[in-house]
Amino acid sequence: MFPFIIRRLVQMTLMLILLSIVTFLLFSAVPTDPAALTCGKSCTPAIIAANRVRLGLDQPLVVQYLDWFKGIFVGRTYGYGQAAFECPAPCLGYSFRQGENVTTLLASALPVTLYLAIGAFVLWMFGGISSGIFAALRRGRWQDRAILGATLIGYSLPTFFVGLVLLTFVVVRWNLLPYPSYVAPFDDIVGFLQTMILPWIAVAVLNMAYYTRMTRSQMLDTLGNDFIRTARAKGLPERKVIRKHAFRAGVTPIVTSAGLDFAGLLGGAVITESVFGLPGVGRLAVDSVRQYDLPVLLGTTLLAASVVIIAMAIVEILYVLIDPRVKLQ
Amino acid sequence: MSNQILSVENLSVSFKTEDGIVRAVSGLSYSVSAGKTLAVVGESGSGKSVSSLAVMGLLSGSKVNITGEVHFDGKQLIGASPEEVRALRGEDMAMIFQDPLSALHPFYRISAQLIEAVQVHRNLSNDEAEKLAGKMLDRVGIPSVDRVLRAYPHELSGGMRQRVMIAMALINEPKLLIADEPTTALDVTVQAQILELLRNLQNDFNTAIVLITHDLGVVADMSDEVIVMYGGSAVEHAPVRELFYSPQMPYTWGLLDSIPQISGTDDRLEPIPGSPPSLINVPAGCVFAPRCIHKSEVGERCSTEYPELLSVGVDHQARCHLSTQQRNSIRPAKASP
Repeated sequence: MFPFIIRRLVQMTLMLILLSIVTFLLFSAVPTDPAALTCGKSCTPAIIAANRVRLGLDQPLVVQYLDWFKGIFVGRTYGYGQAAFECPAPCLGYSFRQGENVTTLLASALPVTLYLAIGAFVLWMFGGISSGIFAALRRGRWQDRAILGATLIGYSLPTFFVGLVLLTFVVVRWNLLPYPSYVAPFDDIVGFLQTMILPWIAVAVLNMAYYTRMTRSQMLDTLGNDFIRTARAKGLPERKVIRKHAFRAGVTPIVTSAGLDFAGLLGGAVITESVFGLPGVGRLAVDSVRQYDLPVLLGTTLLAASVVIIAMAIVEILYVLIDPRVKLQ
Repeated sequence: MSNQILSVENLSVSFKTEDGIVRAVSGLSYSVSAGKTLAVVGESGSGKSVSSLAVMGLLSGSKVNITGEVHFDGKQLIGASPEEVRALRGEDMAMIFQDPLSALHPFYRISAQLIEAVQVHRNLSNDEAEKLAGKMLDRVGIPSVDRVLRAYPHELSGGMRQRVMIAMALINEPKLLIADEPTTALDVTVQAQILELLRNLQNDFNTAIVLITHDLGVVADMSDEVIVMYGGSAVEHAPVRELFYSPQMPYTWGLLDSIPQISGTDDRLEPIPGSPPSLINVPAGCVFAPRCIHKSEVGERCSTEYPELLSVGVDHQARCHLSTQQRNSIRPAKASP
């Protein structure tokens, strides 16, 4: 286990470095002058030139990258003398647009996305797996067909559509909930839940349809196995045969998808966050693209990538716990 | 008989499929007593496995139709509630299967699978159940019990796995064991050991065994009584010696002629021509008729009239239109030594 984690960490670091280089290069190819974006309406060429020096944009690209890279470990200072300001390690850069260190921006956006992801994840996993098992047990009967029909609908509803429909009806027409405006759960738990419940549902609908279908087909697969017959021949009650024997045997692909989907969500539920005005990573990323805010874009990209890589490693460790025939390489 | 454990009467099983109704088993009757072994022989698709799954209550679903009577230890199982039959499974009647690798759950340790088998039916603590599991593994001839208890199925050899299956089936000392081709997936040397083990355990526990096999060597070795199945029904039913020395039905003759004999010098093995019948829309007449090389000696009847299972000797029945004289002239009984 330990060597596996070490190797994974090395791989992950290399991948992130590569990714940051690519993002850096792509962004520098954009025909916009980042320094020109740093000042407002009362801009003079002198201010732009000064800002360019302050941000190190006058340096060659390689030096810019290395400065950025160094900042992650030792922090960095922008500018000189009185105008200088600190960006302590881990410094992912400074956003002039938002007047804030990227690390700070990410740290305030990540919890929002995390809450969104966890809530939706619990909802769709629980709903998807239980209805998938139920459908498998009622295979071919009306309950199965009803569930399959429902998943087909859920499948074809885009998240933004579900989100807007929920907002329109639940909030605007029926006034069942106040208009969503994000508050941290520790400040106002009721307000938090009132804000989050609709985004949770919006994200969960599509995924739940997917997990229902996957669980159903996995169950139908494993229920045909010889060891299921053995479990029944032992005299196990059917509910135990399903839960302990059939589901366990078919859970591997579900875990794989779940890990990646959850990680994907942590990288930013761009659309959902925009629809419901949640100040999460997704919205941060979209805004940074729209505003040519390179440091923030780099930061969100790397965050999303590392989350996915970590999730994949966790999924692999889970494989070993699920299936004793699997060995970590 | 007082010690009769299982008696099956007129058991029929059919499945609804898209192509029509498959009559997998029709009108099967037999009985087994404590300490005795009944072998059910036949090729794939003859209904031998399906009939025993039906006895165990392991066939379910809206597409299956089971009729007839199955008396187990005085209880009628066909039509009994699934819960009633479930309570008997693993406790009073147990089953082992052909491929012990796929029959054991790949994700659970041997100990967990054995403990589970105990705890379904008995209120024992984990430690007690594990102790019993260890004792049982020892009894089925597993050398390093502690290691095997901790192992996963894929870490054991085929013979070991089948021993584990046997231990699991017999752990609650059932009255009936149904063994569905228990040695088919094993090496020949291991086969002999497993059969020997089954015989010893049968003596110790006085278990009634229904042995399903297509291997006549295993039949000769293990059983007291034999049923030959073809196309879903019994075509011959006799004590084991009687069947080998005085078989009364062309299909059985074919089966016996297709086993290699060490004593036989230069005779070619005689295959049975053709292949097993489809059990959808079974035509009138004898199911075996299309493959029977003696049907010309009977004539029309073979393809128009379904032969009854008739007594042809002491405890011996066969399903064939050939007359006794015809049978005796085609295949005189060998003197049993």
